[in-house]
Amino acid sequence: MLDALKSPILAFQDFILLSVRALTNIFRTPRYTDDIMLQADSIGVGSLPIVILTGFFSGAVMGLQMSRALNQYGATGQVGAIVSITLVRELGPVLTSLLVAGRNASGIASELGSMKVTEQIDAMRALGTDPTQKLVTPRLIAMAVTLPLLTILSDFVGLCGGWVIASSLLNQTSSEYWNTAYRILEWNDLAQGLLKPFLFAILISLIGCFYGIRTSGGTQGVGRATTQAVVVASVWIFVLNFFITQIFVNL
Amino acid sequence: MTADPVAATTKSVLRFEHVSLAFDGGPALDDVSFDLEAGHTLILFGAAGSGKSVLLKTAMGLLKPDRGQIFLFGEDITGMPEEDLYEIRAKAGILFQESALFDSLTVEDNVAYPLLNQRARGGKRVAVAHDEVDRRVREALRFVELEGTLEKFPSELSGGMRRRVGIARATVTDPPLILYDSPTAGLDPITANTIVALIVKARDMRNTTSVIVSHRYQDGHIMANFRHNPETGELEPATRDSRIHQGTAFMVFREGQLLFTGTQEELEHATDPYIAKFRSARS
Repeated sequence: MLDALKSPILAFQDFILLSVRALTNIFRTPRYTDDIMLQADSIGVGSLPIVILTGFFSGAVMGLQMSRALNQYGATGQVGAIVSITLVRELGPVLTSLLVAGRNASGIASELGSMKVTEQIDAMRALGTDPTQKLVTPRLIAMAVTLPLLTILSDFVGLCGGWVIASSLLNQTSSEYWNTAYRILEWNDLAQGLLKPFLFAILISLIGCFYGIRTSGGTQGVGRATTQAVVVASVWIFVLNFFITQIFVNL
Repeated sequence: MTADPVAATTKSVLRFEHVSLAFDGGPALDDVSFDLEAGHTLILFGAAGSGKSVLLKTAMGLLKPDRGQIFLFGEDITGMPEEDLYEIRAKAGILFQESALFDSLTVEDNVAYPLLNQRARGGKRVAVAHDEVDRRVREALRFVELEGTLEKFPSELSGGMRRRVGIARATVTDPPLILYDSPTAGLDPITANTIVALIVKARDMRNTTSVIVSHRYQDGHIMANFRHNPETGELEPATRDSRIHQGTAFMVFREGQLLFTGTQEELEHATDPYIAKFRSARS
């Protein structure tokens, strides 16, 4: 029984140690600014098309679904408010983070995993570079900056998707839609809508790096690390989302 | 070189004292002791999985031993924190088994990496000026006769060329100690001999202390009996009483245990059947 628990506890300890080192490295030199920019481009700019497309269609689908439900109460005029609050509070942060986890946690884990099995990480240490400083911290910073920005964009194009439905199928005026969408939002909604992707970003990048750096067993191990990174990051996004929502609901 | 840790000299570059390290699969190093003096060459033979590569990684502090002590350039690195190790590691070069070049960087950037890294860290060593980096990278690539590959990526190079770029990266900072992990593994005999000739050249031109892991007896034979002629650029035989021959020692590993330590003559006369297998593999 104890032996069965030993491995996950040791893995969790390693994850915490990596997280602490990656976070404290933010305030230490050397700073690899080029790597941060490269990762921000890969994670942020690279994820733009997928985030815009899914954001738009999830807003549009929500507009369609909500219009049917609200029609029963004669409240189709509130579709902007419903789309807005759902997107900003929940769907925008969670959906964007899940997409980025699928795209980038896998990318990070496979890149770092390949570097590990070809001894490039050992070479980096031998040449006097801290792999956490060079590989993990830039990805952490890039993800923590770009994911909230991607979420803002996803929220906006989602609202645009809802507006297309509201104006074309529900005969709502644009000002009516955008007014209801804007008025319903409170500071609390915006705070949790931005805090969530920021925390998810830290989680996704650290999980991707953690599974990448501890890869063993050749190319098969790289595949295993990639799958684990995506699955674990996705599950923890839902778990963390529950607790953050719980805190904000009680505020 | 001496196997007796008590006889360690002040010129000691790398010293192992009763070092043991075990993995899940069993012992990788079992009570290993030796002392390598400055300017000397150490050849490590052993079958795959006998602990040779682990020994090199332990020597660089990339792996921590379970027991024993390791001294690199006279400093005890056994329990040294990773941050302090970076300074000491910068004084040693290492060629990994599959070269371990950074895929995302060009050949030029790979070779420049140790120089730029020293500057980025701003360590105790003298940082290299920006225009100096370019000159030294070209010089290191000229040394391995690959000057024309500056803009290429490692994936565009053959196995032998990658190994040569690896040597350029290991030697670009002029380190006093260079560790070579199976430099000829998986290469055809002609390319393998070219690589060994480069290692001899690096040793003789810069008087570096070298540790070479191999399973080819021929590699050790060339290291112990040939020297680089700077005028012709070719290898030429060294006499048996030369500094090169006298300063080259051989070690044979079996399942993490140091089975043999001695000169080439002693290796030639060893009766152990495991050691004899390496001798008979010469061709």
